[in-house]
Amino acid sequence: MFPTPIEKRSRGAQLTYQSLLPLALIMWLLPLIAVAMFSVKSSADFAAGNYWGLPSSFELFNNYGKVFFQSDMPRYMVNSLLITIPTVVGAVALSSMTGFALGIYKFKSNLWIFFMFIAGNFVPFQILMVPVRDLTVGLGLYDTKLGLVLFHIAFQTGFCTLFMRNFIRALPFELIEAARVEGIAEWRIFWYIVLPLMKPALAALSVLIFTFIWNDYFWAVVLTQGPDSQPVTAGITSFNSQFVAQYHLMSAGSIVAALPPVAMFFLMQKHFIAGLTLGAVK
Amino acid sequence: MTHSTDPAPSKGWYARNEIRVTPWLFLLPGILFFAVYVVVPIFQSVWISFHAWDGLGEKEWIGLGNYERLATDRKFETSFWNNLKWLFLYLLAIPAGLFIALFLNQKVWGIRLYKSLFFFPFVISQVVVGLVFSWFYLPNNGLFDVIVGFFGIDISGGVLGNPNTATYGIIAAGLWPQTAYCMILYLTGLNAVDPEQVEAARLDGAKGWKMLWFVILPQLKPATFIAFVVTIIGALRSFDLISIMTNGGPFGSTRVLSFFMFEESLSEFGFRMGYGASIAVVLFLIMLCFIGYFLWSMYQDEKGGR
Repeated sequence: MFPTPIEKRSRGAQLTYQSLLPLALIMWLLPLIAVAMFSVKSSADFAAGNYWGLPSSFELFNNYGKVFFQSDMPRYMVNSLLITIPTVVGAVALSSMTGFALGIYKFKSNLWIFFMFIAGNFVPFQILMVPVRDLTVGLGLYDTKLGLVLFHIAFQTGFCTLFMRNFIRALPFELIEAARVEGIAEWRIFWYIVLPLMKPALAALSVLIFTFIWNDYFWAVVLTQGPDSQPVTAGITSFNSQFVAQYHLMSAGSIVAALPPVAMFFLMQKHFIAGLTLGAVK
Repeated sequence: MTHSTDPAPSKGWYARNEIRVTPWLFLLPGILFFAVYVVVPIFQSVWISFHAWDGLGEKEWIGLGNYERLATDRKFETSFWNNLKWLFLYLLAIPAGLFIALFLNQKVWGIRLYKSLFFFPFVISQVVVGLVFSWFYLPNNGLFDVIVGFFGIDISGGVLGNPNTATYGIIAAGLWPQTAYCMILYLTGLNAVDPEQVEAARLDGAKGWKMLWFVILPQLKPATFIAFVVTIIGALRSFDLISIMTNGGPFGSTRVLSFFMFEESLSEFGFRMGYGASIAVVLFLIMLCFIGYFLWSMYQDEKGGR
């Protein structure tokens, strides 16, 4: 193990390390801690210039109540969910199929198609912006959740295919050969043999895509406009103009907007990290 | 067994060609979606970039006109240099992530929770990161101003209000989640480092920096490669933070190509889609150099595989 395990070091080193850990963490998360503190303060604190001190009164319910009952925030949150979940389902479904095709079969253009998906996934959003916006307007889907979902599914298919294909490639190929000898139809091999083995990949991709799409801001701004279909990342700017300079409410709103992917991460941590670090170990 | 290899007359075309046809059937929906929304738009953008177009009326062919205009546009120059700053400074996330990973790669009580909490910033949307940091940087009242003020430094207008510091302030905000990402890559990599090699090197008297450089880092190569890929892409994609924290200001000093493109094609100043498309093409060409390199290294890997 590198660096040297701390339990093999001197008592002094151990104590230093143990006390450095929480200190480093507090430094690292300082901006977040500050915002969490903002969100339970009263407006009087900010008026008095007490930005970074302890709150003079505990206004958690008051502030978050305002976010939930006196703003469009709940609508934005619902929009985000209605955009994110169909995208996750769509992208995972499409890419388990493309991943299967590219991971199992040998044909000439296999690697080229695979590289097309990877390259597309790395492309800057701006080169897609004008034509995709035109297409969405042309389909009558501008400022709808569906318009956003369709684009997200298509774009995420690139990354998901990379992920699925590499995962399927690592499965024991003998299984598929054995099934073929038995005369099992190819689509049955996919459905009954490969798909059940892909469960960890499906879980990892789902949490990753959930986070990516929930946090998307660019496409939300390009393809949607108002509280009818805007997700929370775009909605928070109008939320902030509603409560301009009211830091206690703006920070409460930000925390609410950030919460779902955070919850997802802590609940599905193992899958999340497995997904993000795919390929980091050979 | 000759019996079964004979194409029996009752077998249909599909049954005879199953292995050849199936992959294409499975690929079809994915390729269709990807072509419509990703591949074709790239070519359309290139096409649009040769036109003057407001997004509504007729496109007017002007050849390389947009690109000629770019060459003399001060805004483009600023954006381009800022993009370079982003690229170089963003790479700091890689050593910083490695440093934190080495710090956290221990087995003490509660370390798992520490690792998750250190990773935390990556999960939060960049919009929220941007907001959080813009409050952190507030002039006079912001914690950052208070801290540097303690050392007698006074940034006029605050970090984000001063054209000399604004871009660096935003990059620092971007480095926060990016470092977390690199950290998690390295933590995973460190987990897989061969303990026998480390022990052997230790017996040979290697330790500290030497050990890190000659024994550990070579084994972390795959993690470094991915960290490099995601950091470069992240740097060139920077948009959310700029849009949230400064909206390109002060005096346009924080624009990067991605933001500049958006501003030209979809903003209150008018819809200059043709000009915007030409900026996007330049950004795409820059990215293409990196994409080409990534694909080339992946291809080298693939050749070794099945």
